[in-house]
Amino acid sequence: MRNFFKRQGKFQPRNGDDRNDQIIPEDLWVKCPKCSELIYSKELDRSARVCPKCGHHFRLRARHRIRLLVDPGSFEEWDTGLRPEDPLAFVDGQGPYPDKVERTQLKTGEVEALITGVCRVEGRPLVLVVADFDFLGASMGSVWGEKLARAVERAGEHGWPVMTVNASGGARMHEGLFSLMQMAKTVSAFHRLGERRLPHFSLLVDPCYGGVTASYATVADIVMAEPGALIGFAGQRVIEQITRQKLPDGFQTAEFLLEHGMIDFIIERQQLRQQVRTLIDLYMRDGENEPAPVVATAASIDVDA
Amino acid sequence: MTTDVDEMTSDAPPAPTAWDRVKLARATDRPTTQDYVAALFTDFVELHGDRLFGDDRALIGGVARFRGSTVMVIGHQGGTNTKENISRNFGMPRPEGYRKAQRLMRHAEKFGLPIVTLIDTSGADPGISSEERGQGTAIAESLMTMFGCRVPIVCTVIAEGGSGGALAIGIGDRLLMLENAIYAVASPEACATILWRDVEKAPEAAETMRVTAADCYRFGIVDDIVPEPQPAHEAPQEVIAATGDFIEQALRDIQSAFDPETEDGVAAMLDARYGKFRAIGAWRDASLDALDSATPES
Ligand SMILES: [Zn+2]
Repeated sequence: MRNFFKRQGKFQPRNGDDRNDQIIPEDLWVKCPKCSELIYSKELDRSARVCPKCGHHFRLRARHRIRLLVDPGSFEEWDTGLRPEDPLAFVDGQGPYPDKVERTQLKTGEVEALITGVCRVEGRPLVLVVADFDFLGASMGSVWGEKLARAVERAGEHGWPVMTVNASGGARMHEGLFSLMQMAKTVSAFHRLGERRLPHFSLLVDPCYGGVTASYATVADIVMAEPGALIGFAGQRVIEQITRQKLPDGFQTAEFLLEHGMIDFIIERQQLRQQVRTLIDLYMRDGENEPAPVVATAASIDVDA
Repeated sequence: MTTDVDEMTSDAPPAPTAWDRVKLARATDRPTTQDYVAALFTDFVELHGDRLFGDDRALIGGVARFRGSTVMVIGHQGGTNTKENISRNFGMPRPEGYRKAQRLMRHAEKFGLPIVTLIDTSGADPGISSEERGQGTAIAESLMTMFGCRVPIVCTVIAEGGSGGALAIGIGDRLLMLENAIYAVASPEACATILWRDVEKAPEAAETMRVTAADCYRFGIVDDIVPEPQPAHEAPQEVIAATGDFIEQALRDIQSAFDPETEDGVAAMLDARYGKFRAIGAWRDASLDALDSATPES
């Protein structure tokens, strides 16, 4: 298929956001791509990288997302030893794939594009799976599939819900058909989780394209997206080149997907933790955090209110 | 690792390159799904429409008799001329195509009909309206449907297996591939454009992407290769008949391995289907490396 990728390999990570923001000297000030406000970089970090003036959601590195969501110190990371192999002996214009992996690891401080583990959100256990776009455009390869399958299987064994935070530029082309097959592997893991009636909450963040969009991320039980996130199967440049049509305004934004019935709702970053806590409580009523049974009398409603 | 190709003796004619295989897979007169249906199936009743939006002519399917049994056959279908290519969108399915396929799979499940899929697409349609109707979601739903489908599924890549559009009808208990078919995560042209910034590098991309049937077999992704003593477009009757024999054998193997008429048999079959895809991947565990190197020599 010729339309799988948006622009994998071209991104230049700077402050975890390579799309539109212009960074003024020394990375001290960042210009908001939406409202052009100049924001002090540290202030942006303190506000979860959401523009204080217009609410634009800048991209976030995976570990930053984890810090924002979980109870402090509660994240126990899994399968940190898994590393990509080079089954194809893949060489492109930039050299062998293992060299590219090594350069990326040095540059990003991560060993792969997907981080998995278990955490607590206000005391509630949650298996958390987060993609890091800075690592080869969060392209889905064999390590991604294996880590995700293991995490989902463990969730099944323990009776824990799963939340995935999904960004991707497409397939890990350097891993060829293995990369494509991770779509199957990840979906099958969630198929099994569903048979156990354990929920999968998926958050789509900017940008989310290709095989991740066409696999587990969009068949979750709850599909959420961050405001303004670009989400699609085929990349915009590919669609423009092939169809020679002008793309509609707002094409492939989270708001566009909501309007077309493709996601359940849009959630602002600062509201996510509270929303996830609510979802866990709604679905995990028989779990270890079983809330007090609700007796729907008028009195109890008054008291709760 | 060795391949069948590597093991060929030096006096054999030179093996076709990956790019040769790409050209063979795309040969304009290579048999299509309709040719297989006409030659191998009787009483084919084509079923149209996804009951939601439309009928995608790039992905066809219906009930038919195959070697004595009623089955559901589903396959990609491009055109044989420009007009038909346009009406069939060059064999690139839109969301309604995948949703039709899901409908037919559920139908097959209801009546206990084995499913035979024939894969031949350059990929999913990269259009604006397909995105509006949830191309990614439709493919994902197809994958989910096939993992839960309680009847035997045999998939065969008959020509070009292009990415998500191919995989969407490619989840089954057996995956077969014709000798001159290719199966790839992206077209060699797309790969060349993205990684070399030069579409002219497509032959090199095809080589390093390992798209041939022999590669896919070596990687344990494909279960069996249907030989093409002559390329399918030069000897269509022979190759189609041989493909039918392989599909029949695969269905028999599944029947005898799992007894899918019983609840336990279905559960075992779905377990094996899960295990087949669960095992696909190439990675190493560095924490085990560390353990190995930490093991004292003494
Ligand atoms: Zn702003």
